Amino acid sequence: MLLMLLLLLTAGTGTGAGTGAGTGTGAPPLRGPALRSSPPVPASPSASPPLLLLPKPRAEYGAPGVASARSAAEEPAGGGGEEAGEQHHHHGGGFRVVQWEWSYVQTPYIIAIWLLVASVAKILFHFSQRFTTVVPESCMLILLGLVLGGIVLIANKKQLYQLEPALFFLFLLPTIVGDAGYFMPARLFFDNLGAILMYAVVGTLWNAFCTGFSLYAAKLVGVIDERVHADLLDFLLFGALVSAVDPVAVLAVFEEVHVNDTLFIIVFGESLVNDAVTVVLYKVYISFVEVGAENVQTVDYFKGVASFLIVSIGGTLVGLVFAVLLGFITRFTKKVRIIEPLFVFLLVYLAYLTAELFSLSAILSMTFCGIGANKYVEANISQKSRTTVKYTMKTLASIAETIIFIFLGISAVDKTKWAWDTGLVSCTLIFIFIFRAMGVIGQTWVLNRFRLVPLDKIDQVVMSYGGLRGAVAFALVVLLDGEQVRAKDYFVATTIVVVFFTVMFQGLTIKPLVKWLKVPRSTSRKPTINEEIHERAFDHILTAVEDIAGLQGYHHWRDKWEQFDKNYLSKLLLRKSVYRKSELWEAYQKINIRDAISVIDQGGNVLTSARLSLPSMTSRASFPEVTNVTNYLRENGSGVCLDLQVIDNVPGAKVEEDMETHHVLAENLYKPRRRYQSAYSRHFMPLGEKERQDREVFQRNMKSRMETFKSTRHKRHKKERSLKKRRGSDSKEDGNEKPRRNVSWQDKDPVVVPVESEEEKGEHSDPEKEKEEDEGITFVARKAETPKIRPKSVPAALEGCHSPPAAPYSPTSEDSHLPWKGGVGSPPPCVSVEATKIIPVDLQQAWNQSISSLESISSPPAPAEPVHPRVSALSRLGGPRPASYTPPGSLAGSTSSVGAQVAQGSFCFPEKKEEEEEEEEEEEEGALQEMRPLMSSLRPPGAMPPPPQPPPGSAPGSGKRRNPCVYLRSFVTAPPPPPPPPPPPPPGDSRSRGPTQL
Amino acid sequence: MGSRASTLLREEEIEEIKKETGFSHSQITRLYSRFTSLDKGENGTLSREDFQRIPELAINPLGDRIINAFFPEGEDQVNFRGFMRTLAHFRPIEDNEKNKNSSASEPLNSRTNKLLFAFRLYDLDRDDKISRDELLQVLEKVDVEQKMSIRFLH
Repeated sequence: MLLMLLLLLTAGTGTGAGTGAGTGTGAPPLRGPALRSSPPVPASPSASPPLLLLPKPRAEYGAPGVASARSAAEEPAGGGGEEAGEQHHHHGGGFRVVQWEWSYVQTPYIIAIWLLVASVAKILFHFSQRFTTVVPESCMLILLGLVLGGIVLIANKKQLYQLEPALFFLFLLPTIVGDAGYFMPARLFFDNLGAILMYAVVGTLWNAFCTGFSLYAAKLVGVIDERVHADLLDFLLFGALVSAVDPVAVLAVFEEVHVNDTLFIIVFGESLVNDAVTVVLYKVYISFVEVGAENVQTVDYFKGVASFLIVSIGGTLVGLVFAVLLGFITRFTKKVRIIEPLFVFLLVYLAYLTAELFSLSAILSMTFCGIGANKYVEANISQKSRTTVKYTMKTLASIAETIIFIFLGISAVDKTKWAWDTGLVSCTLIFIFIFRAMGVIGQTWVLNRFRLVPLDKIDQVVMSYGGLRGAVAFALVVLLDGEQVRAKDYFVATTIVVVFFTVMFQGLTIKPLVKWLKVPRSTSRKPTINEEIHERAFDHILTAVEDIAGLQGYHHWRDKWEQFDKNYLSKLLLRKSVYRKSELWEAYQKINIRDAISVIDQGGNVLTSARLSLPSMTSRASFPEVTNVTNYLRENGSGVCLDLQVIDNVPGAKVEEDMETHHVLAENLYKPRRRYQSAYSRHFMPLGEKERQDREVFQRNMKSRMETFKSTRHKRHKKERSLKKRRGSDSKEDGNEKPRRNVSWQDKDPVVVPVESEEEKGEHSDPEKEKEEDEGITFVARKAETPKIRPKSVPAALEGCHSPPAAPYSPTSEDSHLPWKGGVGSPPPCVSVEATKIIPVDLQQAWNQSISSLESISSPPAPAEPVHPRVSALSRLGGPRPASYTPPGSLAGSTSSVGAQVAQGSFCFPEKKEEEEEEEEEEEEGALQEMRPLMSSLRPPGAMPPPPQPPPGSAPGSGKRRNPCVYLRSFVTAPPPPPPPPPPPPPGDSRSRGPTQL
Repeated sequence: MGSRASTLLREEEIEEIKKETGFSHSQITRLYSRFTSLDKGENGTLSREDFQRIPELAINPLGDRIINAFFPEGEDQVNFRGFMRTLAHFRPIEDNEKNKNSSASEPLNSRTNKLLFAFRLYDLDRDDKISRDELLQVLEKVDVEQKMSIRFLH
């Protein structure tokens, strides 16, 4: 029992090294009782982490064996002391209030301190911007390591710390490789796979052999001192381990240099893939050295080749198996989002360990696991998990990298491991550099015969110069058995020098070099949708041409792979929901989220804030801001997603095209909002977020749309003027308006809309006032638009829709709701009714209602009860409002303003659609006019026909625009015969209503 | 097949094609054998049906457009010369070509011609304009119908 507790304790401290260490000194008495009173409690939380983390300290100091052994030994004593102390405490015996428990916390404490030092060092480096742009971080870390090592050496007379191979290979390296593999730009990688493999295999072999033989030659010539007891095999071994380009160093240096992507992926890919070569060569030589050079038979060489194949291919396969496993597991984590990232880390790490277990190439395994799984995992896990994975991986990799370089520096100070031989060191440096350059040039020459985009001289220079050696070489050389490789100390020293030289000197100079050579830099910008689409199109084109020409080239195989992926892998590894998403949709969604966030950041939520009565945001809600928002929207084209729709609305645009556009984006239109709500708004919105978010989204839509209207309409300014006049008139007419509105509502009420709708109007009117013209316009536009979208989007987005208002019509709804439809054939009344609903209410409501109505359309006549959350939210408009909703004093003043707005809105819309109307409207300025436009807009935006004459307007829209309408209709999902309006006010009625609405 | 190809393809014809398209001799003969193997009617020309018989093309969302690109306007047969001329658009530009041929008439694989070709893939009605409609069709073909594809770019 006691032992168990202690184990748990160590686990606890292991997990939170910092805190555990902190409490260790000061609070043993606290810890004692807590643990004892409830053993199971600590057991459960700490049980899982220990599995992961316990080994870390052990392994780290396991090699020296001192720390862990000591701590293990002390644990019982310490624990016992605690317990005893506890008991004594109550008796008031000779209990020491404070105890020094250093040995108990030593291991984690030291680790934590190291991490802290490294992190603080990073902070310090980045204080000076100019400094860090010149000196790469890795250099600074190594220097820091040197200093720290010196301090430790002076203090202890002995170097305690060193980069332990076990620590390096089991923990530090995998974090870096895992990060690199998981975030590897896969397409870039595979596009350049040929070059990468060439450099990694041929290049590394070339380097290894040439360096080895040359060193041996140098030794024979006598350049290398006699004291270096090494024969050919030893030199070959040394050449093998020192010749491999190191992923850690390459990453550290190249990430700061920002060379172009191709160059980077070739160098970096080489550094990853050459691991297999290095591992095999290293092992083969070690075994040769062990049996002795004279006992090596020719069979062994073939074994070596076979071993290479097995190690590399086996490692890759292991990685891919784990990738599939990972993808498959993440498919089912929907209910346990919290541990999604854990799966990623665990399985990627397991891929590494498993490969190591079978002495395959662990780096290859991990890299391919990351590359393979990335696509599926990213699609499967939630946005937050994605972020978590990303940050955690980056953090770990960054820490590991820091530690590696610091420890490299520290290790260099350990003079007991050093044996300096100038000849060896200088020869190695020279040979490495020369052979690297030669290898690169030779291979590039061969490669360029096949590459579409040849690597030019500058690329070759950078590649040669970027052949950095690093910690892998160091760890490998430290691993050498001093008994068998008698020159180990010399090799260690040489390796350290080589690493330092490449990382520090070359790392320092590569940036100026790249600048001087004018190597094309990478642009960090992401490809636009357009680019991606065209890239895809070109993929298909090239594949098709290859097929026609009967070549089975790269594109052919990639296409095959994509087919395979589409038909089998994706089905197996992706969630159903994800599987159906198109890429375009994702891009759209991303943009939408980004826009939403930026809009909100800029105060875009003003629109909603007032309504939502969010205390935090209200401050932003001011009149000027509103205009800002619109400007903002116009400027940055936040409408991206919406833009397509917007285009549709531009008068004169072909309706068919609109429909096409919508087909393309239809499903996308609503889903993203949903997603975006859940993903980003949670933090901002209090209860009932869903509806509010919905509204916000819609409002933004409307805003942007309105903007486009403005810009597109040349007569707009006139419009505004007239609007203002009208407004002025409105004030006079207030009396009129009110009644009208009321009337309209009354009409509606019978239909479905609850009385509350009035309330809503009032509530919303406040914000509306602020927006003024915008709103009116937007809203109308929206109206027009929704119908179009509706048809397609309906199926996808709207499930059991039907807001209360919509419900009544729903049977006929399709036609009636669609303005143009109404125009086409349906009795105007229905349309008008609908319109009334929309108009009087403020923007949001209008939106929602229109949507809901649309939804109802989409859903077959029989309206189910509100099922969908969103829908229900929408439907709520009609229903009771949350108390919070009512803005202060909204009801009273609001009505008039609403009316005015409505009028405006109505005006704008028609104008947009038909300019003739506008003109007419402008000419006549009166309530009637206002009403008219409204009517027309309501009616059939598509149908357009009967704008000027309000009364006739009621008649089924007949006019030039008719055709489009018909066309549209055909698009609309199987609409039932045009206009059987359920809430059928006779046409005559409608007429009267139209005006009344306003 | 190969023998037949070489018999049917006269040397001077090869020379002409070489001159026009820049393909090498071996490439031409190789492509000619492909051409004849596609030519089920054995009449020296390919029809749309011949192209559509290529299985991979059937699943290619842009297959139809590529096929169309092989046929000059108003024709539904393409001979070997036309076949090669179209394929020549996909020949990489070589460095020496860039400089050498600048004065001469523009080779088929020049940047301009490549762009022109790509443009025509979009321009379905060949009115030298890409209408919105046409663009959308490509868009749809590529991304909406192809709901899922490798996201290597991400």
